Amino acid sequence: MTAVLENPATESPKPEVGAVPSFEVTLRVRRYNPESEHGEESVWDEFTVTAHGTDRVLDALHKIKWEQDGSLTFRRSCAHGVCGSDAMRINGRNRLACKTLLKDVNPDKPITVEPIKGLPVVKDLVVDMEPFFASYREIMPFLITSGNEPTRERLQSAADRERFDDTTKCILCAACTSSCPVFWNDGQYFGPAAIVNAHRFIFDSRDEGGTQRLEILNDKEGVWRCRTTFNCTEACPRGIEVTKAIQEVKRAMITRAF
Amino acid sequence: MQTHQYDVVIVGAGGAGMRAALEASGEVRTAVISKLYPTRSHTGAAQGGMAAALANVEDDNWEWHTFDTVKGGDYLVDQDAAEILAKEAIDSVLDLEKMGLPFNRTPEGRIDQRRFGGHTREHGQAAVRRACYAADRTGHMILQTLYQNCVKQNVEFYNEFYVLDLLTDHDLTTEDIGDGAEVNATGVVAYDLASGEIHVFQAKAIIFATGGAGKIFKTTSNAHTLTGDGMALAYRRGLPLEDMEFFQFHPTGLAGLGILLSEAARGEGGILRNSDGERFMERYAPTIKDLAPRDIVARSMANEVREGRGAGPNKDYVLLDLTHLEPAHIDAKLPDITEFARTYLGIEPYTEPVPVYPTAHYAMGGVPTNVSGEVLRDSHNVVKGLYAAGEVACVSVHGSNRLGTNSLLDINVFGKRAGRSAAAYAKTVDQHAELPADPTARVEAQLTEMRDRPDGERVAEVRKALQETMDANAQVFRTGESLGQALSDIRELQKRYANVSVQDKGKLFNTDLLEAIELGFLLDIAEVTVVAAINRKESRGGHYREDFPERDDANYMLHTMAYRRPTSAPDAGDGHVAGYFDHVEDFGDYKVVLGSKPVTQTRYEPMERKY
Repeated sequence: MTAVLENPATESPKPEVGAVPSFEVTLRVRRYNPESEHGEESVWDEFTVTAHGTDRVLDALHKIKWEQDGSLTFRRSCAHGVCGSDAMRINGRNRLACKTLLKDVNPDKPITVEPIKGLPVVKDLVVDMEPFFASYREIMPFLITSGNEPTRERLQSAADRERFDDTTKCILCAACTSSCPVFWNDGQYFGPAAIVNAHRFIFDSRDEGGTQRLEILNDKEGVWRCRTTFNCTEACPRGIEVTKAIQEVKRAMITRAF
Repeated sequence: MQTHQYDVVIVGAGGAGMRAALEASGEVRTAVISKLYPTRSHTGAAQGGMAAALANVEDDNWEWHTFDTVKGGDYLVDQDAAEILAKEAIDSVLDLEKMGLPFNRTPEGRIDQRRFGGHTREHGQAAVRRACYAADRTGHMILQTLYQNCVKQNVEFYNEFYVLDLLTDHDLTTEDIGDGAEVNATGVVAYDLASGEIHVFQAKAIIFATGGAGKIFKTTSNAHTLTGDGMALAYRRGLPLEDMEFFQFHPTGLAGLGILLSEAARGEGGILRNSDGERFMERYAPTIKDLAPRDIVARSMANEVREGRGAGPNKDYVLLDLTHLEPAHIDAKLPDITEFARTYLGIEPYTEPVPVYPTAHYAMGGVPTNVSGEVLRDSHNVVKGLYAAGEVACVSVHGSNRLGTNSLLDINVFGKRAGRSAAAYAKTVDQHAELPADPTARVEAQLTEMRDRPDGERVAEVRKALQETMDANAQVFRTGESLGQALSDIRELQKRYANVSVQDKGKLFNTDLLEAIELGFLLDIAEVTVVAAINRKESRGGHYREDFPERDDANYMLHTMAYRRPTSAPDAGDGHVAGYFDHVEDFGDYKVVLGSKPVTQTRYEPMERKY
């Protein structure tokens, strides 16, 4: 938009106090829709929207969907980084669209947005999450105990509780798993998220299923496939030290100490 | 069209839905239908804790908890239900611990507890540590733990299926159904987002656990997906909605964004300050100050701003001050919310106060149920085979204002109860009741009409206008005039809604189409909320009428029951409490009729509510 100054001699007006500055941003979005004219082929679409200082990539995607192209398809729910719906590849890195501020990904250049890799694309930014959840289910992601249940709570020291705190933060967004080169090449690999969730129970002092889970992860598609590239740790929107957790599971497998 | 048969079908996979599923699936053939993946549900966004008088860290008992809940709800709480909530809280927390929930621990290894708004010892003497918690991600842990246990029990899920209709054997909107006559719920109709196919689920018992409707407001802590689907479906099928005028505004939303910052911030010592740096809650609630119930704190904040003591360049928010707390304490107890402040506002809570303003948070009202989770079709008759639990339901344990940590409790206590009752009922039923002749007709017609409608207005424009009028006219402060404005705006938007169109005409993963359908739910829920708010000419809990600033027990110690009826139907509401709430809003093509339901009072006489 071009503003025409009525009196070019005066200085440009100061922004109103408290007004949020706005800027234009272009998103290059990878589109895929088997029902469209492009069929099975994916194509790039560019959209330019006006954004504000605190806007996130999700806000820009919503602006596109709500004002320009209603067919642009992506998942989202909570919009503040706790539900794990909107993991996507933004400028080549896996992030949550609702946690990525536009101003932090250099809005001066077009921002590329693609679906996460390694899972079948369903439509635009939506992938089929079923293989991801299938791996999760395989590691028995639930507390396993034996004997009679206590009448009150099981006791656990604060230190024992702290031992697995980091891996309880997982929101199953798949940012880690779909950033992993091993997972891209080998869809059978459990992937970091499943291992993180195994870790959460293996190192829980109340749990008695550690040996079974380690057996599962000792499989040829288990933890040993991890090549410690740290992509997962970098991708985790919850700040979980994913690679460290995987290393701890590997160590537990050797020492059987957990 | 595909047809499925189950004993119990649960709609919604948040805390209440999954807690119900854990009960029902062990007993009878059960399916859970969710418009999201279960772990995306908004239970996961709950932060601060779950109340239970475990007395792990100081003296406490369920009777104090009951009293606090009743007083917190400004005496519109059904006291028998509140007593169940407080009593069963203890086992609910222990259940979760046994399922694996990683609660924070005391030095002795027990479940740790902390302070929360409105929870007191000895009937208001001082704040009590009653909230069981896992850092500031208690809801996340509950959602994960319940999902983990559903995986363990092999619960059957239909993910990304939108339930768009409720099937019953009588048309409650038009038929004259007598007192005691039997009405059965027979199934639901769902839309599979991935394929665009319609599925019919025939069930002996159905549990609605679809959550809230926060998206009727612009500034809200609620997810985009909280569009009141279950409430709207029940309402459209002729069931009443109870106490819809009571909506909770959580005091501490991130200013301008509405993202929730837990009350735990104040439970851990955080202080609200105005632009002068004054701890203003000392003036409004001298005894428990910043830990007063949410309705009082939200109103106090809005009042500070209105009287010119707001902070910031536009003086339109107040400040949540955590700077006097040790960074290590903040990291241990409030890691997520402090990260929200950093990520979204660029504020460092160790050293800077955080801008906050009330944000639409929770519907106290909803689909009326009894304490077994059975849905009521008027003030006392149930619909057989239909249950509801969680935010979609109104038991009513929250009355006119819910206490913090009582909703994570509600979903567990009444989710469990609904699951058990539904399974027990399904076992008594031999045959599935017959479905209507063409069960999908309404849904198919609705979807086809929406999809095929040629160029019209955009869904987002109508939704934005709705959210703006609700924020402007039906928020913390309300008047007859502002509510009248909201209602006339909503009526206009209902007309515009008849002309919205979607751009995506496809079958696969058509979220454009579903957003349009959800907007219809939002409009109906906003409308009934405002009609009920216009009728309640008093101030109570979360409903504050500046033109009627006092609570009026003589005329309004009653639950509102709102019915949608054809214009031609008789006006009697449920008629069981003569003389009250015979209010009717006639909109030409249908009308909203307000009836009432008595409040159950057991131990506690209504008193003035002071903190």
